[in-house]
Amino acid sequence: MSARDEILGRVRAALADVSPAVSVPTPPRAPDRGDLVALFVERVEDYRAVVTRCSAEEVLAVVTGVLDGLPGGARAVVPPDLGLDLPGAVVDAQFTAAELDGFDAVVTRAAVGIAETGTIVLDHQPDQGRRAISLVPDLHVCLVDASQVVADVPDAIELLDPARPLTWISGPSATSDIELDRVEGVHGPRTLHVVLIS
Amino acid sequence: MTGTFVGMPAFPTAAREALGDTQLRTNLAHATRTIRDKRAMVVAEVEDWEELRVAGAAVKEAALRDLATHLETLEESLVRAGATVHWAGDAAEACAIVASITHAHGVDEVVKVKSMATAEIGLNEALEAEGIAAWETDLAELIVQLGDDLPSHILVPAIHRNRAEIREIFLRRMGDVGRPAPADLTDEPAVLAGAAREHLREKFLRAKVAISGANFAVADTGTLVVVESEGNGRMCLTLPEVLISVVGIEKVVATWSDLDPMMRLLPRSSTGERMNPYTSTWSGVTPGDGPQEVHVVLLDNGRTRALADDVGRQALRCIRCSACLNVCPVYERVGGHAYGSVYPGPIGAILNPLLRGVSDEQSASLPYASSLCGACFEVCPVRIDIPSVLVDQRAAVVDSHRDDRVPKAEALAMRATAWAFSDSRRLAWAERASGLAGRVLTRFSRTTLPGGRAAAGRLPGPAAGWTGARDLPAPPEESFRAWWDRTDGGTKGDGS
Ligand code: SF4
Repeated sequence: MSARDEILGRVRAALADVSPAVSVPTPPRAPDRGDLVALFVERVEDYRAVVTRCSAEEVLAVVTGVLDGLPGGARAVVPPDLGLDLPGAVVDAQFTAAELDGFDAVVTRAAVGIAETGTIVLDHQPDQGRRAISLVPDLHVCLVDASQVVADVPDAIELLDPARPLTWISGPSATSDIELDRVEGVHGPRTLHVVLIS
Repeated sequence: MTGTFVGMPAFPTAAREALGDTQLRTNLAHATRTIRDKRAMVVAEVEDWEELRVAGAAVKEAALRDLATHLETLEESLVRAGATVHWAGDAAEACAIVASITHAHGVDEVVKVKSMATAEIGLNEALEAEGIAAWETDLAELIVQLGDDLPSHILVPAIHRNRAEIREIFLRRMGDVGRPAPADLTDEPAVLAGAAREHLREKFLRAKVAISGANFAVADTGTLVVVESEGNGRMCLTLPEVLISVVGIEKVVATWSDLDPMMRLLPRSSTGERMNPYTSTWSGVTPGDGPQEVHVVLLDNGRTRALADDVGRQALRCIRCSACLNVCPVYERVGGHAYGSVYPGPIGAILNPLLRGVSDEQSASLPYASSLCGACFEVCPVRIDIPSVLVDQRAAVVDSHRDDRVPKAEALAMRATAWAFSDSRRLAWAERASGLAGRVLTRFSRTTLPGGRAAAGRLPGPAAGWTGARDLPAPPEESFRAWWDRTDGGTKGDGS
């Protein structure tokens, strides 16, 4: 007998007298928190990420300013459909991991923002690019539209397509493995800069 | 200490040693208090936390009670999404599957995301025996691996190490296995984390094969979920060409929307954050993005044994948040190593005997590693009634000795108690005998309990098993019944 049939057989035998019926209650919803965008900004900042709020017209200037602010100016990689004509930025051409390691920054859009937890979710469509490009460079500039911000985790789960690879990002990479002392930045981007467009 | 739990002494012996280590107790007390407070703060923020727990428990319970159906659905969804599914009955089978996939790609190293399942099956050691180096990439796991040490906490495996020890391990060992630590390394946590970043980056960039576990496996969509903080998980799940995930069969949840209560419960319960820095989800292969060859190994290794236990089954709901460790007064004092398993603390005290049975002395000692205070049940995000399972497992330990030719002292004591309590004259006699023993003990005892009461330290003979891990208070000289008779319920004489 195959391992598969053996395991499934053991599972069935173990549950022979057990009724499979369990009613799963609908999880409770967080109460109305008022201004979701303000809450989102506050909670993203709680993770020691940087947030800049601006209008659609100002985005290009804001992002350029952030990149120029890096010492020596940043070499940035961008996804194919960023929809922002950033001078000097290189569009991802299926770079290898080692090639991506040569970039200082990445600029992407996002799929959803979650106010309650200060989380940004990427579903890696062409305006966000492959998972690797938003991972290897040390600075991630992420453009989130105010209309993409939802109240809580269940709203995000409803909107997101599980067939897509998803990356949920809440602040910069961090660890508390040394004496429970939180340190920002281990392997992921050490700086997360969220640009909130409204 | 070497990097394996095999041959660890039973809990009372290991605990006695750990209790003598003051540095360990200081590190643990500080760490558990910090996480406890953080958790309490973010849990208090959720108005309907209790309802959320009920929903989380129901999601996992529903998945477990119809597990065969959900596993078959999961397999179908995974295959449809381009993944290859393997089934492993035990640790040896799982390790062999991973080794053969790795060999097929002609590589002699893999990068690993922290995973309890792969630690449980001893995958690193098995791969090493096959000539494959498995690099742990979680910072704490790296500290444990470089220190040739054992993990002592589910979430913070190096909780027993302080910064000076970590600096010393990095300086001494990093150069042996890759990029050395910089010579001017200080013991600042940020500097130590920076050294780990540099050391591991070259491994991430060249790795062909990665190994992960999964926090959840969604049956109807074939989605695996990995919850992490550092980004080492994203590195492993994204950059290599081949990804092998070892997933316990109890990780399954039925539907995509079931992730809702779980993703709200887990981060708040484990690291005490509203959300952990990174969560990755993937369903099989995405063309042009991430690993193009995806394997999933579904692991039993004792889980069906636990599933067959009516009371113990609920332990399989566990989402490894480690909240129960952080509130446990026993864990806080003895630390993780004394449990002799990758699953320490209250959950370990029930999960290990459920997965392995209680025929070995080490597993049989674990259900007793608790004061039954109930704090673990209160914090558990999926409402596992750990105290009830502990009591039931204690019964299982006693039962397993029922046919022994020399019964266990505890069984003898229970039998004697039943005999004495079934007849009031016998009980009166027993109480007089106990009063006499009390007077003798009070006179000769060397130990005094807080409050000044005399206690017996370590008794000889069959009672050694009990007193070896406890100080037994000397019995009072007069029994309650004798006192009641003498004073007519406290109304005659001085009433004392
Ligand atoms: S038993 Fe409950 S509290 Fe303990 S690790 Fe598992 S889920 Fe967390």
